[in-house]
Amino acid sequence: MTIVLTVILGLVVLAILGVVTARLQAGRMLVYGGCLVLCLALLVAGIEALAAPVAGLSLPIGLSLPIGLPMTGTQLRLDPLSGFFLALTGLGGAGASLFAIGYGRHEEEPWRVLPFYPLFLAGMTLAILADDAFAFLFGWEAMSLASWALVMTHHQEHGNARAAYIYLLMAVFSGLTLLLGFGVLAAGGGGYGFEAIRAHPPTGGVAATVLVIALIGAGAKAGLMPLHVWLPLAHPAAPSHVSALMSGVMTKVAIYGFIRIVFDLVGGAPAWFAVIVLVLGGITAVMGVLHAMMERDLKRLLAYSTVENIGIIFVALGLALAFKANGVTAGATLALTAALFHALNHTVFKSLLFFGAGAVLHATGERNMEKLGGLIHRMPRSSAAMLVGCLAIAALPPLNGFASEWLLFQAILLRPDLPQWGLKFSIPVAGALLALAAALAGACFVRAYGIIWLGRPRTIAAEQARETDPLSVIAMVVFAALCLLGGIFPGVVIDAVAPLVQGLTGARMERQLQDAWLTVAPISTARSSYNGLLIFLFVLGSASLTAFAVHRLASRGVRKAPPWDCGFPDPSPATQYTGDSFAQPVRRVFGAIVFRSHETVDMPEPGDNRPARMTKVTHDVVWETLYAPLAGLVGRIGTVMNRMQFLTIRRYLSFVFAALIVLLLVLAVRQ
Amino acid sequence: MPGLHYDIAHMLAGSLVLVSLMMLYQVRLTALLHVLALHAFVLAASVGWQAYIQQSPHLYITAAIALVFKGILVPVVLRRMIFRMGVHREIETAVSIGLTMLAGIALVALSLQVMLPVTAAVDPIAREDLALALSVVLIGLLMMVTRRNAVSQVVGFMSLENGINLAATGARGMPLVVEISVAFSILIAFIVIGIFLFRIRERFDTVDVGALDQFRGGRS
Amino acid sequence: MIPDLIAQLAQMAVVLALAPLLTGLVRKVKARIQRRRGPPLIQPYRDLKRLLSKEAVVAENASWLFRVAPYVVFACTWVAAALVPTFATNLLFSWSGDLIVITALLASARVAQALAGLDVGTSFGGIGASRDVMFATLAEPAMVMIVFCVALIAGSTKLSTIAEYMASGQVGLRVSLALALVALLIVALAENARIPVDNPATHLELTMVHEAMVLEYSGRHLAMIDLAASLKLLVYVSVIICIFLPFGIAVSGAGPLAYLSGVGAWVVKLAAGGVVLGIFEMSIAKMRVFRVPNFLGAALMLALLGLLLLFVSRGM
Repeated sequence: MTIVLTVILGLVVLAILGVVTARLQAGRMLVYGGCLVLCLALLVAGIEALAAPVAGLSLPIGLSLPIGLPMTGTQLRLDPLSGFFLALTGLGGAGASLFAIGYGRHEEEPWRVLPFYPLFLAGMTLAILADDAFAFLFGWEAMSLASWALVMTHHQEHGNARAAYIYLLMAVFSGLTLLLGFGVLAAGGGGYGFEAIRAHPPTGGVAATVLVIALIGAGAKAGLMPLHVWLPLAHPAAPSHVSALMSGVMTKVAIYGFIRIVFDLVGGAPAWFAVIVLVLGGITAVMGVLHAMMERDLKRLLAYSTVENIGIIFVALGLALAFKANGVTAGATLALTAALFHALNHTVFKSLLFFGAGAVLHATGERNMEKLGGLIHRMPRSSAAMLVGCLAIAALPPLNGFASEWLLFQAILLRPDLPQWGLKFSIPVAGALLALAAALAGACFVRAYGIIWLGRPRTIAAEQARETDPLSVIAMVVFAALCLLGGIFPGVVIDAVAPLVQGLTGARMERQLQDAWLTVAPISTARSSYNGLLIFLFVLGSASLTAFAVHRLASRGVRKAPPWDCGFPDPSPATQYTGDSFAQPVRRVFGAIVFRSHETVDMPEPGDNRPARMTKVTHDVVWETLYAPLAGLVGRIGTVMNRMQFLTIRRYLSFVFAALIVLLLVLAVRQ
Repeated sequence: MPGLHYDIAHMLAGSLVLVSLMMLYQVRLTALLHVLALHAFVLAASVGWQAYIQQSPHLYITAAIALVFKGILVPVVLRRMIFRMGVHREIETAVSIGLTMLAGIALVALSLQVMLPVTAAVDPIAREDLALALSVVLIGLLMMVTRRNAVSQVVGFMSLENGINLAATGARGMPLVVEISVAFSILIAFIVIGIFLFRIRERFDTVDVGALDQFRGGRS
Repeated sequence: MIPDLIAQLAQMAVVLALAPLLTGLVRKVKARIQRRRGPPLIQPYRDLKRLLSKEAVVAENASWLFRVAPYVVFACTWVAAALVPTFATNLLFSWSGDLIVITALLASARVAQALAGLDVGTSFGGIGASRDVMFATLAEPAMVMIVFCVALIAGSTKLSTIAEYMASGQVGLRVSLALALVALLIVALAENARIPVDNPATHLELTMVHEAMVLEYSGRHLAMIDLAASLKLLVYVSVIICIFLPFGIAVSGAGPLAYLSGVGAWVVKLAAGGVVLGIFEMSIAKMRVFRVPNFLGAALMLALLGLLLLFVSRGM
């Protein structure tokens, strides 16, 4: 506990130092180096809290500080749930800080980043550690505001100011919603402290209200459809290491808020709520990855893929709620474990991918994949790390993304006989949507990797790219190694989160590490088992054995030659497939429904020598049907209200007078 | 061995749903007619099997009607019709195939959701048969609303009727008279539609109902 | 333990040895239907030998990924094949991966191949890779849904348990299984680049999908990819056999005679599968590329329908 408090204080001090030393070279080293150390401490403290029940420490550790709201003070509490998310924040923060020590050198205006970066981390830590509504919301808002400032770093660039504005609106919306939710919660038990709320959990209609509010408030921050619109705008606008934190960690803090309110404070949810979460999660996953598939901007692609992964986590949470509502504790345990595991995995590979995006951005100055290509030859180390990240996020064995999705699939198959009809339909449909999202993610990251890192360079900038600095490469390699380790030793993570899951669902999974060869068997060995280590060794072994045998026994000669390309190789890199053309088949299949996309081909008559053109039109359906009308309505109301600025003093007085009379009348009628 | 009896009955009813979905998938009119014939064959087999397990011989007659009329006669006549009209190449769909299939699945889910809870007391064989039959009917209707071509609308109508037949035989005890009269009324409806199709075709040179719409009177 | 290890190793050897033969058989059947004599059954072995002994021609701008990919593709497919019980269910390592893992391993092989197709930066590699991943976006979820259907009935996602359960004959006829079978047949056709989805024998550039993706490969690299393709066909036919026709498979504790009969039954079923595939391929025309999503979408829908039926009613 003291460690975590020290970390928060240290981060605040670093923020102040950041203001002072921002213009110095040493300031960068100081702030990011300090953040790295503090985040590592956070990681250790989080793991300690997770392991505490095993190690014999007593948890939760509570602490009350005499600041904050009168009567409540500030309550802090370290239990396994907050421990897990603290560890996650520490991990993501440490990686981003390490990456930033090198990457931050290229920042032109470091004084726009350095003060806010530690504050952002401190806000997230406080939100996770809080044990009363005030401290939670204070941390939550600090996180939102600091990240908003970071999104505004490059505010001169086109579109960034708009992105930050939309982000701020959505963050305020999410904060206000949660404020309302905590108000409703506090009304039941008297007090904003989580302890008091836990003692008087809401029931019936109040509980339903709180659940829906928590879904909206946390969902808006996490990027759940249709509240995701800010995410693909804001995450790419920030500097890359901040994008990594926002996608990798901040969305997880939102997930933490959801779990804390729904599982801990309210203590479960009825089946209809589980249906809503399942369906929203499934739709979010598929829509997110389809948007990612269509995106040309690498960082926006990654942001949309974050939306997808949030959808996957919400499906797992919905499944856990469904099982919990029906008293199937084993199922709830499995699903919640899968959700937490996937949250951790997403932090790892998404941070890695954003680091890679930062490296590309620094090396070429480009985020548009149509202007890149062939980087594997010029940035060999970072491209190898990125390959691991792309394969992990595409849920391919033996990497970590596959392990968590495999667990989730096992949870779906566990109990098909839940009594509610809504669940009977929504669970298999959510499963189908998940499978679809996983396959689409594979296609999406083949496209991203293939267009950006493989092939031939499409511009001079891509041709002259250089490998990024060694510290950034180390950060990427460490995270790539974590992707592999998480995939081949999934039992370690499952066992680590077991006490925390037990606290929320009442059952614990069998210890996985005691199985032979570290096999993971979530229910029983007869039912299903997976051994990432063996699969990895088998693939590695048979590939290298075959290669060895072929080279030894058959042929080993290699001749370099121009590409074959059916006899017509064209030296121009413009003849390659581009990102858009790669996505075209998928757009033809899904786009007509999801994006209302259509293509028009303008083919000139024979003899006419103007070039043929093909244009595609796609629509963001959510934005156009939901947000644009809303914005239009607000605009119209604003126009009407604008007239009130130009009234005479007599009219203003009559407004005040009329309002007074109306209120008095209401009072009279009520009596 | 009642377990196997149930299984085969379900299997045949399920195959009927499968063939209905296959119908939604077809793009060519001739292929659609082949699937329609298959639909009737499966129906005949299903009805025949019901006759066997319910030991009610009159159902064999129903099965024979299905086999002869719907499985052979109607497809052959329709086939000759479309060849004479020269429309045997393409169906234009109003909605894309993938979306129609998705809607078909949703309809099956809907009919299960509607049928299974309300028939909880009935014996299980009729219960699931009824749910599947309802989905065949709904898919037939779906076919009629999503296809522009009048011939494929007729095919949708025929498959809908097959679904009604399936429901009737599964539910035990539809009298033969009703069955035969239904069959004949369908046949008459079919003949009337056929004659109309020819007249329409002679008059307007198309059987696309979208194109026919513009000849409709009484619109502002 | 020891018989299990022997079964495992024998299986790995046998699948590798038989895979080209199955491909040869399909080619032979197709040739006979076209009233050609066709190449001999062992022609695929000769092709492999010839390719292996040649030097590999690699494009100048190819990266390391291009040269590693064939071995990765082959290894992933081979490991997947090693996990499918073909003639015996007591494979030593069958617990290290279930049917979902097998699906994912094949997906890994596909991703490696698609990336290699993009590596040289030619237009044909791009066309092949983009179409192939488009097929995969529908075929893979369909496969996962099929796995779900089968797993819910057998109560396990492990293929060996499923095979034992199906072979025990207590399943009966299930509507959902029938739907899953139809879907699995469609997925198998698409995944193996067979007609109506793709033509393994085509040399018309714009109709190629799989062949376009591997256009730049030659020599030993091409041999690995061809062998992996044959192996993948064998894996799919074996999975279909193992789930829907597991009769005659040797279960654990069986005597040596049971293993022999298991091998015999499997080879006969495999040959029958090859003949049926050849006849089917000859009796149908290849689809336009954008008709394929409907075909695969139908598989996805059917498998989803089967899954829904299972969730709604245990009897189906």
